[in-house]
Amino acid sequence: MTDPVYKTDALIAEDIEAYLDQHQNKSMLRFITCGSVDDGKSTLIGRLLYDSKMIFEDQLAALENDSKKVGTQGQEIDFALLVDGLAAEREQGITIDVAYRFFSTEKRKFIVADCPGHEQYTRNMVTGASTADAAVILIDARKGVLVQTRRHSFLCHQLGITNLVLAVNKMDLIDYDRQKFDAIVADYEQFAKSIGIESFTAIPMSGLAGDNITARSDNTPWHDGPILIDHLESIEVRAAASQAQPFRMPVQWVNRPNLDFRGFSGLISSGTIRPGDELRSLPSGKTSKVRSVVTMDGDLEQGVAGQSVTITLDDEIDCSRGDVLAAADDPPEVADQFESTIVWMDDAPLVVGRAYWLKLGTQTVSVTVAEPKYEIDVNNPSGLGSHLASQTLHLNQIGVAEITTEKRIVFEPYSYNRALGGFILIDKITNHTVGAGMLHFSLRRSQNVHWQATDIARAHHAAMKNQTPRVLWFTGLSGSGKSTIANEVEKKLALMNRHTFLLDGDNVRHGLNKDLGFTEADRIENIRRIGEVAKLMTDAGLIVLTAFISPFRADRRLVRDMIDAGEFIEIFVDTPLEVAEERDVKGLYKKARAGQLKNFTGIDSPYEEPENPEIRVNTVEMTPEAAADYIIGKILPLK
Amino acid sequence: MTDQTTLTHLQRLEAESIHIMREVAAEADKPVMLYSIGKDSAVMLHLARKAFYPSPPPFPLLHVDTTWKFQEMYKLRQKAADDAGMELLVHRNPEAEERGINPFDHGPLHTDMWKTQGLKQALDKYGFDAAFGGARRDEEKSRAKERIFSFRTATHGWDPKNQRPELWNLYNARKKKGESIRVFPLSNWTELDIWQYIMAQNIEIVPLYFSAKRPTYEYEGGLFMADDLDRLEKVMGYRPEITERSIRFRTLGCFPLTGAVESEAASLQEVVQEMLLTTTSERQGRVIDKDAGDASMEKKKQEGYF
Repeated sequence: MTDPVYKTDALIAEDIEAYLDQHQNKSMLRFITCGSVDDGKSTLIGRLLYDSKMIFEDQLAALENDSKKVGTQGQEIDFALLVDGLAAEREQGITIDVAYRFFSTEKRKFIVADCPGHEQYTRNMVTGASTADAAVILIDARKGVLVQTRRHSFLCHQLGITNLVLAVNKMDLIDYDRQKFDAIVADYEQFAKSIGIESFTAIPMSGLAGDNITARSDNTPWHDGPILIDHLESIEVRAAASQAQPFRMPVQWVNRPNLDFRGFSGLISSGTIRPGDELRSLPSGKTSKVRSVVTMDGDLEQGVAGQSVTITLDDEIDCSRGDVLAAADDPPEVADQFESTIVWMDDAPLVVGRAYWLKLGTQTVSVTVAEPKYEIDVNNPSGLGSHLASQTLHLNQIGVAEITTEKRIVFEPYSYNRALGGFILIDKITNHTVGAGMLHFSLRRSQNVHWQATDIARAHHAAMKNQTPRVLWFTGLSGSGKSTIANEVEKKLALMNRHTFLLDGDNVRHGLNKDLGFTEADRIENIRRIGEVAKLMTDAGLIVLTAFISPFRADRRLVRDMIDAGEFIEIFVDTPLEVAEERDVKGLYKKARAGQLKNFTGIDSPYEEPENPEIRVNTVEMTPEAAADYIIGKILPLK
Repeated sequence: MTDQTTLTHLQRLEAESIHIMREVAAEADKPVMLYSIGKDSAVMLHLARKAFYPSPPPFPLLHVDTTWKFQEMYKLRQKAADDAGMELLVHRNPEAEERGINPFDHGPLHTDMWKTQGLKQALDKYGFDAAFGGARRDEEKSRAKERIFSFRTATHGWDPKNQRPELWNLYNARKKKGESIRVFPLSNWTELDIWQYIMAQNIEIVPLYFSAKRPTYEYEGGLFMADDLDRLEKVMGYRPEITERSIRFRTLGCFPLTGAVESEAASLQEVVQEMLLTTTSERQGRVIDKDAGDASMEKKKQEGYF
């Protein structure tokens, strides 16, 4: 075998300047490797690092030592040990997390995301794939296309990776048999076409023996395709390709060192920009011309996709973090309802209807996810039976669902622009990143429903009633005294000539929400609708009192986010469970204890106490009337 | 259509690091940049200046000092902060200072008290909720798996099995009161990238990276520089034998813990050349990775080391 092509010791030693010049101008490619433990993935990466001299003597000595101790290659060097970094992984001999590795050739710097292969690590693979330009999918030549091959290919395809390499590994173990290789490729091609993969590059190789990785192998004279490293050097980098698209830059930060300078800082996600270009700021739609493209190295004549810049404009237009600067004549869409594909990444499953944070570009908004239309069987993603009925999504499951954002956001389909189509979901209470998704298109109803600007505005309604609209949201256990106290408060407000309305179980459950049951999803929807009604009533200028158990923080949070700042007053009617159960006004606790009532708050369903309620009343110490007086005292003045 | 410009790998790395810093500035309440005066810190600081230009970076620099750094490092410290128009905070663990913790008598305790505990104290004292660090993924195996935004509990612990997924360039910076994040904007840089960038951008670094005749002594098989001979004598109990040698350093830390290499490389080009032709890794001269067996760095990070 010839020496790997990119060992350039001679040039380094003889002419370091020439070498550095060459390396100064390298491009960068990010790719992922996927395959399971036994496919030899870590060995392949270890081999790439080793052949590109990214392993030093001290590391090699440690490696030789480890190989003998815990390696799986007998007395041979076990390259996998180089790559599996976390202690737990080395003990179990598997790859748990995504690891990023680096190596260089003369033409390129490479960042490899080494992703675990098991189904329980789907989220890790999706994470690695999200930043990749290309994917190397490993297959064990002895085993051919397996369930995991299909899963990995499907995930890469979903994440928009168009450069796929099918690495048929361990060819040494099938005696470099061409017919077997061709059969595997044909098998894979059939599957790939069925899920919409247009093309791929197949390479016969051996990570252990080094065939067709960095040097063409004499063992496969029949292979006329590229070898791995040549192929990776020739793939077009996505950032370069996106320069041809219209200009977009999500604004990260407004740069304002003094009154004379106001710039918008961000990473250009697509297109190019020059002084004089007409830009549109979204969602406002205001336009202006580019004055300068500022960097510390001097103003640029042209900024391109992939660069971080600061743009100044000719006019003082309203633009801040979360807005998107775009080509004025070709702007992206703005909408609030979308069809999306979501990958669930948290141990706690998706709760349909619950409010999560959605982060897309630099925009962070409240979002709810509808019941999935279907879950995709990742192990069998093509053909009949690939769409599974599903009411939610669990860890590592992928589904298609409609999502609704609380505010309109600037977006583009993921397949067209990853930066404005890829999003993450964050749990509002735990702050975990619970899901990731890709927007496909906005739903027509959000495009067609426009806000009607009315002449009698909200402030006018409120002024006529001589009061500040508010929502007094009573929450607490069943039997805590919410309705009783809310009723007292409303009576007192009426005596003060205020315009109020009390929403409680009786007037809501029998009408507006009579189609809802008591499942978790229905209970969330119940609260959401009550929140929307309360919001409309505050628009009409009313002081709204609501008396519902509303046991989940996230749902109360959802309503709080809907209502104007300062107008949502959370009142925690704090009654210990023993006291409420002792009172048992409606006999419900008895039924729940007897098992006749399911999902009863406090018994077999949790009540999440408010962490920072605006008002807290203790009904053990206070009479309902005293509690009502206390609450009124807290909300004064009413105007 | 305009001409297509292919960005070089350094341009892309720079753009990514700047993007990361701006995200933190926009989303964290009180960020800080950990500044160790080494070459990676120098690059990180330079990138911060670029990220917010013409504004100065909207956060201070923090040096967690051990009192055992090289004199030339202390010299550059204030100048670098002044050049960037940033406030410089220096924290020394008062308990370590009082007990005279040093690398000779106290071994691993030196790193734990000065650096790990010192860092925690400083972050708590000022209430910083996000701290930039110059660590790179190519340095060490457990770093290779760390996120760019690395979430820490209120007690500064790191749980490698409970890391937040990090997709595209979307970083989740949300946290509860008391919790914090460590942010590594140089995650995807390699040692060679750092050197090339220093060269391309003409970034000032501590002269110890370049070879010169310096007073050295040998200790437990390693070659060290006698930066403060009197102090060494005091803690070692004897005056080490000093030899003048042409040496330089590949990384900089506490002078009794940072092994020197014999070298004639006196210019950036020569340093890079030597680095490319060398056969040992950059951390080889560091004592810290080796003290608890193989998972040493991972363990330190779980305890709150940067």
